[in-house]
Amino acid sequence: MRDHEVLVTDVLVIGAGLAGERAAIEAALAGLNVTILSLVPPRRSHSSAAQGGMQASLGNTAMGKGDSPDIHFVDTVKGSDWGCDQDVARLFVETAPVAVREMAHWGVPWTRVTLEKRVYDGKVIEEDPAKVGLIAARNFGGTAKWRTCYTADGTGHTLLYTMDSVVLKLGVTVHDRVEAIRLIHDGEQCFGAVVRCLRTGALRAYVARTTVIASGGYGRLYGASTNAVINEGSGMALALDTGVVPLGNMEAVQFHPTGIVPSWILITEGARGDGGYLLDKNLHRFMPDYEPVKKELASRDVVSRRIMQHIRAGYGVDSPYGPHVWLDIRHLGERHIRTNLREIAAICQNFNGIDPVHDLIPVRPTQHYSMGGVRTNIHGQAYGMYNLFALGEAACWDLHGFNRLGGNSLAETVVAGKIVGAAIARQTKETSPDVRWPLVYEHLAEESARIERLRARAVRPGGENVYALRHEMEQILSENVGIFRTEGPLVEACDKLRELHRRAQDIRLRGEGRGADPELGAALRLPGMIRLALCIAKGALERKESRGSHYREDYPKRDDVNWLKRTLAYWPAGADEPELRYEPVKITELPPGDRGYGESSSFAATAGRQDAGANPS
Amino acid sequence: MARELTFRIFRFNPDQPDVKPRLQDYRLTEEPGMTLFVVLNKLREEQDPSLRFDFVCRAAICGSCGMLVNGRPTLACKTLTKDLPAVTTLMPLPVFKLLGDLSVDTGVWFREMSLRTEAWIHTDQVFDPNAEEERMDNAVALQIYEAERCIECGCCIGGCATANIKPEFIGAAGVNRVARFMLDPRDKRSDAEYFEVVGTEEGVFGCVGLMACDDNCPVGIPLRDQLAYVRRKMAAAGWKLRRRAPAARA
Ligand SMILES: Cc1cc2nc3c(=O)[nH]c(=O)nc-3n(C[C@H](O)[C@H](O)[C@H](O)COP(=O)(O)OP(=O)(O)OC[C@H]3O[C@@H](n4cnc5c(N)ncnc54)[C@H](O)[C@@H]3O)c2cc1C
Ligand code: SF4
Ligand code: SF4
Ligand code: FES
Repeated sequence: MRDHEVLVTDVLVIGAGLAGERAAIEAALAGLNVTILSLVPPRRSHSSAAQGGMQASLGNTAMGKGDSPDIHFVDTVKGSDWGCDQDVARLFVETAPVAVREMAHWGVPWTRVTLEKRVYDGKVIEEDPAKVGLIAARNFGGTAKWRTCYTADGTGHTLLYTMDSVVLKLGVTVHDRVEAIRLIHDGEQCFGAVVRCLRTGALRAYVARTTVIASGGYGRLYGASTNAVINEGSGMALALDTGVVPLGNMEAVQFHPTGIVPSWILITEGARGDGGYLLDKNLHRFMPDYEPVKKELASRDVVSRRIMQHIRAGYGVDSPYGPHVWLDIRHLGERHIRTNLREIAAICQNFNGIDPVHDLIPVRPTQHYSMGGVRTNIHGQAYGMYNLFALGEAACWDLHGFNRLGGNSLAETVVAGKIVGAAIARQTKETSPDVRWPLVYEHLAEESARIERLRARAVRPGGENVYALRHEMEQILSENVGIFRTEGPLVEACDKLRELHRRAQDIRLRGEGRGADPELGAALRLPGMIRLALCIAKGALERKESRGSHYREDYPKRDDVNWLKRTLAYWPAGADEPELRYEPVKITELPPGDRGYGESSSFAATAGRQDAGANPS
Repeated sequence: MARELTFRIFRFNPDQPDVKPRLQDYRLTEEPGMTLFVVLNKLREEQDPSLRFDFVCRAAICGSCGMLVNGRPTLACKTLTKDLPAVTTLMPLPVFKLLGDLSVDTGVWFREMSLRTEAWIHTDQVFDPNAEEERMDNAVALQIYEAERCIECGCCIGGCATANIKPEFIGAAGVNRVARFMLDPRDKRSDAEYFEVVGTEEGVFGCVGLMACDDNCPVGIPLRDQLAYVRRKMAAAGWKLRRRAPAARA
């Protein structure tokens, strides 16, 4: 064991996306020694793929005039379907404007207000000359004001490149191409992580006073997802596997209305925000029939369900990849599409060979975001374990409840990075360095043994194929734990996933698993992924109501009497399924009420509930 | 009839230096809409679990998957098989450190380049959380963004004659990175300070102007213009510096 490298740092941040880097910067500015780990070079983290934008109530744009943190708060709480913690939402909306401006100070080339004439949904927008040159905003779903700050078509890219430039400037240590595979802990306190080098396959231990999980989402548990291929939820699995840290609301899975068929690459909400329409097979714009107020810009959970509802009613466009609907942005004009929506044009061109200036885009709701994650308090401290923090998409802070608003996730990463980063710095300074060598070697030894077991049985016939198991898991989640959920299929999903978890103990590598072998990596990861899948499925089975993205056809109403609470999934050592507990949701300002859109809203039209076939076409 | 495709893939594992680098053939049946992302994953899952390559976004956004496809540097994830002949050769990008098969260490190269060019905003201004943001003309913001769009894929580097013989050359991506900060009014560096960074043979004056880079950039950054812009500015700065130098000594 002693031949493994052991590195010591004050703060260990697992994840170099926006959340991890922002927190690292805060801790580094406080004078601490910080080490950031990442599967890939930091700038390739999935944060860079976000095109749409980041919400902050600056109110510079004419259509955002009069905006305030209060309005942002109400939008966020309604969006969450009252599933969020309102003290967190309040802290978030108050900090977001400062966070956006700070990013401008560091170098993000935000798109600015101009006097250029613009027509939106038939109306001419007149910008205020006094606001020219300030940070502009675009429209996103579920918001009362135009509030989403953006850089042309590359918001996440410019945010991450700028964030990383500050990391470089401060000289923060970054180790890329490494994978944390286990937390080092004694059941009460966290001391760092066991890490596998993806260049050589060597194991190392990073020992730290505080450890931070900022590893992003788990989109790839679902086969069809807008997420990058590295978004496998491994950070959440690390926390779950301690046996004492719970994951919050894992059943809250966001499906984005517009993944392009069939590669499931995201077509940003900016397309609808900027005025795009959804059309059915008759080229009829159907969203106003269901949502007369918000139309294409109701919250994502609602628009996704409306699309599926319309497809189920027989109005989908048939394709070899299943039925879809069309996204139409042709009327926005070539100039707008080629600047503000250029990335969309590129995706359409590259992957479908079509040009959205002239062609319709085939889209279908696709897994997109994980509201759930490592449950933390408002300071980002994980439940159940000292000196462990989590933030960003990997965490359940809980800002998003059962549905995240577009643009609120980038904002969360940066805002939480600031706030949680400061808490990390405080906590680290209060913790004396305490390297428990036997504990470190014990954890290293267990991971080393796991790898040796896989290698020892490699290449021999029989056993389970890691890729086949993985595809089964994806299939089960996609089919049984998707947009519409009911008891039967959910019970089946849980049974099948338990079975899969058992079979995963018998994975047999096809190759030799030498060094940084990718198949070995997949085999190490898969059991944890299946455990996450089970947390999602079981949480969904037990939650007998519909709230936000969690829609039970057998319980179609939100049930505030019994279910105004958060699911906490624990995985006790040796168990074969998670144990679910619940805690109340924090309501500090806005009591549960009508969202103003969605199936149970008094504002929703009845078109969907009758036969949608009554639509003119 | 679906085509049978052959992929001739460069294989080398630095872990096994005794096994010489070689090309290995793999065959599979083409599917509609197939990209090299789909092909390579299929090969790994079904034929050769040891095959190493890098994808992250699979959407031509993150810059992970640069490689030579039939000799031309490009992003594998956005390469459709329908645009390829029946036999396709896949090689790792040159210049970068080889990690195994098609995987190269572009990340480390770009980090070093960013450090050398000090690719961050240089300013003495302190952020004031209570103040309105500083104004910027949107045209300037768009110009900065145009240069900032580089995804660090390394295609312009792998295809550059100079970078292939001179490892210290910062390449078109490096020069473009410098242009990004030169264009930014928030960065207070003077031309003389920039000259220190790029006014050298490892910087903008190392470029021999054959423009392979401009054709190879998968996100379409006008590298030709960016190189010309920085060269012009640096030539002028160099001229001024030379003129000032004797005076300074006197
Ligand atoms: C296509 C797409 C578009 C989006 N657009 C928007 C938008 O317009 N607006 C918005 O608000 N939100 C958007 N989102 C959501 C938003 O981008 C993400 O939620 C957010 O960027 C997540 O940031 P993060 O820092 O938490 O994680 P990520 O950026 O995913 O970073 C995770 C980091 O963790 C590392 N990591 C993971 N596991 C390990 C491990 N085991 N060991 C070591 N390192 C590890 C990774 O290498 C990476 O560096 C979009 C999401 C997608 C998929
Ligand atoms: S123009 Fe300059 S940077 Fe571009 S490929 Fe040629 S030598 Fe390299
Ligand atoms: S300039 Fe273009 S080709 Fe060069 S690294 Fe950047 S994106 Fe790639
Ligand atoms: S995988 Fe991201 S650019 Fe190809």
